[in-house]
Amino acid sequence: MRQIAIYGKGGIGKSTTTQNLVAGLVEAGKKVMIIGCDPKADSTRLILHAKSQTTVMDLARERGSVEDLRLEDVLQIGYRGIRCAESGGPEPGVGCAGRGVITAINFLEENGAYGNDLDFIFYDVLGDVVCGGFAMPIREKKAQEIYIVTSGEMMAMYAANNICKGILKYAMSGGVRLGGLICNSRKVDKELELIAALAERLGTQLIHFVPRDNVVQRAELKRMTVIEYEPGADQAEEYRQLARKISENRNFVVPKPLTMDELEELLITYGFMDAEEAKAS
Amino acid sequence: MKTAEFVQDLLKQYPEKTARKRAGHIAVKETTTGESGAPNCSTCAVKSNVKSIPGVMTARGCAYAGSKGVVWGPIRDMVHLSHGPVGCGYYSWSTRRNLAQGTPGVDNFVPFQFTSDYQERDIVYGGAQRLEMIGREIRALFPLAKGISVQSECPIGLIGDDIEASAKKMRDELGIDVVPVRCEGFRGVSQSLGHHIANDAIRDHVLGKGTLPDAGPYDVAIIGDYNIGGDAWASRKIIEEMGLRVVSMWSGDGQLETMKVTHLSKLNLIHCYRSMNYIARHMEEAYGIPWMEYNFFGPTKIEASIRAIAARFDDTIKANAERVIAKHRAEMDAVIAKYRPRLDGRSVMLYVGGLRPRHVIGAYEDLGMQITGTGYEFGHADDYQRTLPLLKDGTVIYDDATEHEMEELVKHLKPDLVGAGIKEKYVFQKMGVPFRQMHSWDYSGPYHGYEGFPIFARDMDMAVNSPTWKLVKDPFAA
Repeated sequence: MRQIAIYGKGGIGKSTTTQNLVAGLVEAGKKVMIIGCDPKADSTRLILHAKSQTTVMDLARERGSVEDLRLEDVLQIGYRGIRCAESGGPEPGVGCAGRGVITAINFLEENGAYGNDLDFIFYDVLGDVVCGGFAMPIREKKAQEIYIVTSGEMMAMYAANNICKGILKYAMSGGVRLGGLICNSRKVDKELELIAALAERLGTQLIHFVPRDNVVQRAELKRMTVIEYEPGADQAEEYRQLARKISENRNFVVPKPLTMDELEELLITYGFMDAEEAKAS
Repeated sequence: MKTAEFVQDLLKQYPEKTARKRAGHIAVKETTTGESGAPNCSTCAVKSNVKSIPGVMTARGCAYAGSKGVVWGPIRDMVHLSHGPVGCGYYSWSTRRNLAQGTPGVDNFVPFQFTSDYQERDIVYGGAQRLEMIGREIRALFPLAKGISVQSECPIGLIGDDIEASAKKMRDELGIDVVPVRCEGFRGVSQSLGHHIANDAIRDHVLGKGTLPDAGPYDVAIIGDYNIGGDAWASRKIIEEMGLRVVSMWSGDGQLETMKVTHLSKLNLIHCYRSMNYIARHMEEAYGIPWMEYNFFGPTKIEASIRAIAARFDDTIKANAERVIAKHRAEMDAVIAKYRPRLDGRSVMLYVGGLRPRHVIGAYEDLGMQITGTGYEFGHADDYQRTLPLLKDGTVIYDDATEHEMEELVKHLKPDLVGAGIKEKYVFQKMGVPFRQMHSWDYSGPYHGYEGFPIFARDMDMAVNSPTWKLVKDPFAA
């Protein structure tokens, strides 16, 4: 069983990418579970065809404590048998969402949610690793493998680099490794080259470049992955490729985060410089 | 070996960095004559109010202890809610012997322990609803409680619960005072910051909110007497015998309504300067109320304090003061006549908090006992400035002393009595050294005032001259 955590800047498309690639994995016969680690609880919507109504923490709150829950109450089965669980948590601005993630993951683990029959567990984690709670999925005996979703936009790359700093810390103590960057294209100039270069500088790989395609939005509106909604679409094929690459990936590294100066230099080399020149001419 | 050399030796036991840090906190008093011929204390400054070194077994507490345990806890007609998980409230329950009048559960809530007993879901979702629910329960179960103070434990600050908003909402809904206190334990280096935070909360939510229709020229407030074993009652008697009127007591046996009118006092009398100088200074600035420190331990200091207080008032009070002193003189002389021969020349080492490392010196000296070492758990520079003039040369001064330092110093100075806290007590008793618990008066008291001195003298005699120490045999002796 491989435990994989997906990180990346908020709004970059982690949940969409995760669910689509998981759909690709189950299509190929793998048994997969998704654990949403975000109080918004929208990590399993495309698999369950509805926003999860029974998150671990919300139910624990209702019943009194997490000890009052049974696994069946929070474990849901979606598209092609994908197991889904959401940590849940507070509305923005109150309480401690990070503690909610810790509590929820401990509950799932202690109650045997990670049955031995699984091939993959995916943790879909809230955009910014704001506190220790959101690093929970990459602590010892949890996810050993991380993929960062990014685009060629500057802030997404900043976030990716910051996440690498976090991985570095846990890589020293626990053995977590970076499996690669997933570029979820925003159609930025020279995006492929830019992210490939960033990956290289971080000491990892660009595992797949997912092009932008409006079919993703249409599928989302129907609360489905592209693979389920339009199996024959080019985009479905892209997600199948991503699934296959992750399934076959053996390239796991301790990342080498860039300094701010290095990161900006990279952006200038691949992005703005050309744009500036184009503007000038 | 000379004490100064001994202190150097004692520090050598530490790792280098620790030794360097601790060196600044220990001094041996030595007065030299300066060039002008005036006495000059070369060793009088010790470092204080900085973070303790991990691993040294400091005796310090935390900000919550300073606020809930010391400043707010003794106010008797309010419910003090330990807001957070259950442990902080449970393990600080009834540990401080701040006595209070009234009927428990009706107009006295000091014997109770109220906790919001935070659970995991309160951490994750925030505890605002729980706090409001508790407020309603308190109102229903204890309708005569005048108010609620919300004493924050660490998690409240960590998860950012908006207790100010909850308190405001509850104030409006319940019609009683609800005071949020941000005394999370991780703030500051000791309980001292908790005192300050608690003072500020009283300033913002209590002070100035009451009226005193019959205000008079002799109105005073007792500030910083926590009524340990009935201390504040003993002190109040003296003040009242002098013809002054105590409009408010902070906070031993205190009441919310009287605390609200303290800003109308004519003079604030400060016993524990460390924990309540903040509010005294505030009242001086905001309301022009003068304040003065006094000391009601032992007849010498009591008499000096009575006269100093009386000097702030007219001849009537001054005459009263002399009458009070004369009235009690014979009784005090009798106590000294009885105990001094049994205690004369004996030495004492103290290690306490607040005001005691300096305030009790006079009481011991009245009994012929000498202080050979003293120190504060959580004192600041102004405490040491007030202490050093009271000490004789050769006295050791230690700030935030460690168990190692205390043990070694006791071995070196061989005091006849050690006065410190419960954590120190058994260490020294096992060493065969008489000990008195000087935080709670060892379940005795009061020690303040004319009522307290005979008890103080009896207790010290009982400890020092107990036959027990001659009967115990050292099990490790060959």
